[in-house]
Amino acid sequence: MAQAFTPGLMRGSGILIRKVRRLPLKGEILVEKGDVVKASDVVARTELPGPVQVLKISHRLGCQPDELPDLMTVGVGDWVEKGEKIAESKGFWGFFKSEYLATASGKVDSISRVNGQVYLRGKPTPVEVEAYVAGTIVEIIEEEGVVVETTATVVQGIFGVGGEEGGTLMIGVDSPSETLGAEGITAEMEGAVVVVGAGLELETIVRAQEVGVAALVGGAIHDKDLRALLGVDIGVAITGNEDLGITLVVTEGFGRLPMDGGTWKLLVASAGRLASINGATQIRAGVLRPEILVPTPDLKGILHADEGGMGLDVGSRIVVIRTPYFGRAGVVTQLVVEPQQVESEARVRVLGVRFDDGEEAIVPRANVERLEV
Amino acid sequence: MTQVHEKNLKNVLATDCGSTTTKAVYIEKKEEGYRLVMRGEAPTTVESPFEDVTRGVVNATEELEELTGRVFLEEEGKGILRPCKEKSGVDAYISTSSAGGGLQMLVAGVVKEMTAESAHRAALGAGAIVMETLAINDGRQTWERFELIRTLRPDMILLSGGTDGGDLSHVVEMAEVIREAKPASRLGSAKLPVIFAGNKDAAPRVEGILGEICDLFIVDNLRPTLERENLFPAREKIHDLFMEHVMQQAPGYPKLIDWTDAPIMPTPGAVGSLIERVAEQEEIQVIGVDIGGATTDIFSVFQETFNRTVSANLGMSYSISQVMAESGWENVMRWVPFSMDEQELRNRIKNKMIRPTTIPQSLEELILEQALAREALRLSFDHHRSLAVGLKGIQQQRTIAEAFAQSTSGDSLVHMEGLDLLVGSGGVLSHAPRRAQAMAMLTDAFQPVGITQLAVDSIFMMPHLGVLSTINAQAAVEVFEADCLIHLGTTIAPTGTVRKGRPLVEVDLEVGESFSLHVGDLKLIPLGVGESVKATLRPDKKIDVGAGKGEGWEGELTGGQVGLLFDGRGRPLLFPEDDLQRVKMITSWHHAMSLYPGCRA
Repeated sequence: MAQAFTPGLMRGSGILIRKVRRLPLKGEILVEKGDVVKASDVVARTELPGPVQVLKISHRLGCQPDELPDLMTVGVGDWVEKGEKIAESKGFWGFFKSEYLATASGKVDSISRVNGQVYLRGKPTPVEVEAYVAGTIVEIIEEEGVVVETTATVVQGIFGVGGEEGGTLMIGVDSPSETLGAEGITAEMEGAVVVVGAGLELETIVRAQEVGVAALVGGAIHDKDLRALLGVDIGVAITGNEDLGITLVVTEGFGRLPMDGGTWKLLVASAGRLASINGATQIRAGVLRPEILVPTPDLKGILHADEGGMGLDVGSRIVVIRTPYFGRAGVVTQLVVEPQQVESEARVRVLGVRFDDGEEAIVPRANVERLEV
Repeated sequence: MTQVHEKNLKNVLATDCGSTTTKAVYIEKKEEGYRLVMRGEAPTTVESPFEDVTRGVVNATEELEELTGRVFLEEEGKGILRPCKEKSGVDAYISTSSAGGGLQMLVAGVVKEMTAESAHRAALGAGAIVMETLAINDGRQTWERFELIRTLRPDMILLSGGTDGGDLSHVVEMAEVIREAKPASRLGSAKLPVIFAGNKDAAPRVEGILGEICDLFIVDNLRPTLERENLFPAREKIHDLFMEHVMQQAPGYPKLIDWTDAPIMPTPGAVGSLIERVAEQEEIQVIGVDIGGATTDIFSVFQETFNRTVSANLGMSYSISQVMAESGWENVMRWVPFSMDEQELRNRIKNKMIRPTTIPQSLEELILEQALAREALRLSFDHHRSLAVGLKGIQQQRTIAEAFAQSTSGDSLVHMEGLDLLVGSGGVLSHAPRRAQAMAMLTDAFQPVGITQLAVDSIFMMPHLGVLSTINAQAAVEVFEADCLIHLGTTIAPTGTVRKGRPLVEVDLEVGESFSLHVGDLKLIPLGVGESVKATLRPDKKIDVGAGKGEGWEGELTGGQVGLLFDGRGRPLLFPEDDLQRVKMITSWHHAMSLYPGCRA
């Protein structure tokens, strides 16, 4: 039987996942192999070098840059406080000396003979890395980080904004084609991950920000709502650092689309559990998709993993991801081996699909994604 | 790695390891010269779970083996068989690479418009992605420079500054900034490579500052005097370090380096080499464009000066939303002969951005995608024109005043009236369902004037031929002409204004066809690949067809898969404000070139 490869997103339950939690610089590991951790537990810590202040001392003292080291009253490596004398001119026969008082606190990093400047490094900034997902520490990466392992329900989104968050998973609507309006966001949703159904609407997002909802998950978002929310038009899909106070994940795309039925069922089955969510998306080589992880340590082994990039056969359920059939789901009826000409006159590999309403069509294989069985 | 500089290679295997696909081509010397025999491809395997680039090379080569019936691989894929025997092996194996994000550089100079700009050009010319350019007068605070250097994590830094014998302090200060930032390399090697190509008198002091914390390499000053630029040594060193440092860190590359017979080149660097070589050998002025999913590269050779620019966020899939954001709704839609709901189109573009591998199924989608391509090409070319202003090499000189004015004067080196050949590459051009569509996109975006030949790269083979040109230039040019280029034809675009009702130019073609080209006309005359026709062009006294205002032109016009395109639309192309008039106008263009026969505007 003919088979085809189609891109897809990982969505399933009982999936064994491993998350590498790495520090930006080498630092201290706070857990040990075998430890059971909560999502909010700090597992590693380090300090980022402090900001550098440049002190233009030779200019102020009226000396040549190469004279500066001899005029310094502190040396490289010394800590100085703001207001402390750190240099003094020779004056005239010991008189009329002028002093330079540090304009900031910091450690003397270097003294330049070239430009007569002193570089002060401020206090380091502590950085902590949390486990992000509840599970077991299965590997220690010395001085760099840890690997957390758990069994979880996994839903990869297609696009998201905002970084790592966590909270109780709540379902805000009764079906995947409904959309939760702003009035549906209640005080009980503070700190929760809320599934809003088909659409993430601007008013709902703004209300959720006000209430303090941790994250919203929906089928699709309208481009104009995203632009209004971010204040800019996203040109390339590299996200995750937006400072919105909320994380958003869409599972299907842009526009108005119901959430896929399989995804909906997975999320409904996980309601009430603690979820970890990350909106970070990078659609480049080494693609990174947003994700919703709901640890289910009580479920062992892979029950169902609908991993993207798997084969496509006659009978596979698919959704079309480009106009003119965008968003329509159906079943593959034929996989044509030889390239065929489509309406645009491009000769491409195609498949036949019977949509859920009975209509049949031919679509390029590149324009479909496989859905869960 | 064994180096070959063999003039009489019987055959060559070349691969280009791109970020998503590894493409292999097999070239053989035949009676008529070097020719492409076959092409194979496979997914690139730099990332997990494989993390070994040679897996993709082996897979792409296996496809070539199946298609040619020839054996290229050693047993168990342990390398490429050499030398060439009757049914196996090749005389040379060469490769380019842009996998893993290509070569990412930070450049620094003293004056933004002078040494920093020269360093920027040197890095781009070597095929790098320039992440940021630092200069003493760049308007940043010192701490901002620290932050940039620390957070960007480049593959290497190119530091320039000062003319030989001139002031030392500023370039030494920039070296101190680099030291204080404590830069780390992207791929985790112990020390970050830094190339110093500044004032030679500053070299010992720069070595004292950076020698301990970086892998420092000192080369000739890329701006030895204000009036002279010498980019070649810096470019060569960038290529060396790309091999020795960057590639050595990438998964599987030490093995690949061992397999190849010439240094692995960054993909855009190889394309640039080829364009340069073709311009030199054919003594022509050339523009090459490669429009990809994420970026658009433009290469040009005008007045023997090579320039390359990268528009990092203008592309047809990953960056398509940026094309819309930068160009604007009106500019995109002016190419489209039907109306659309703006929000609907914006959602479609975003959906393409997040699912970059989809293709246009309907004619409407194709027209929209090609409209976006026109804008991506136009914006990238504007960018190129604004940067392609400098010198290259030490043969050419300009005055100090001209040098200071280089980035803002608009005195670009790109003069369209002198352009001989425009080559397009990238899926939207090479795989357009009709070749006329590729010709229309190139003509509308670049708006060539006078007489210009147009072509597309058939299978994106320019990177392979670029690296081939380093070991056998003649072979590279032969394959480029015979198999790589698909000649589309020639555009004849008169410029100037005429009195209402008067023809722009009277055209006589030796085949017996004569006609008057009027303002707004677009006329396509079929003339096949390899065919040419003697033509006489008699322009109005205020019109230039390439020979000067009012000057007649006689010569051979070369055909191609599309033919001769007589373009009387004027430059720049102007669109009526009235939407019905606009639709009528572009529909007439579409009909003239049979672009979208099925479209009902």
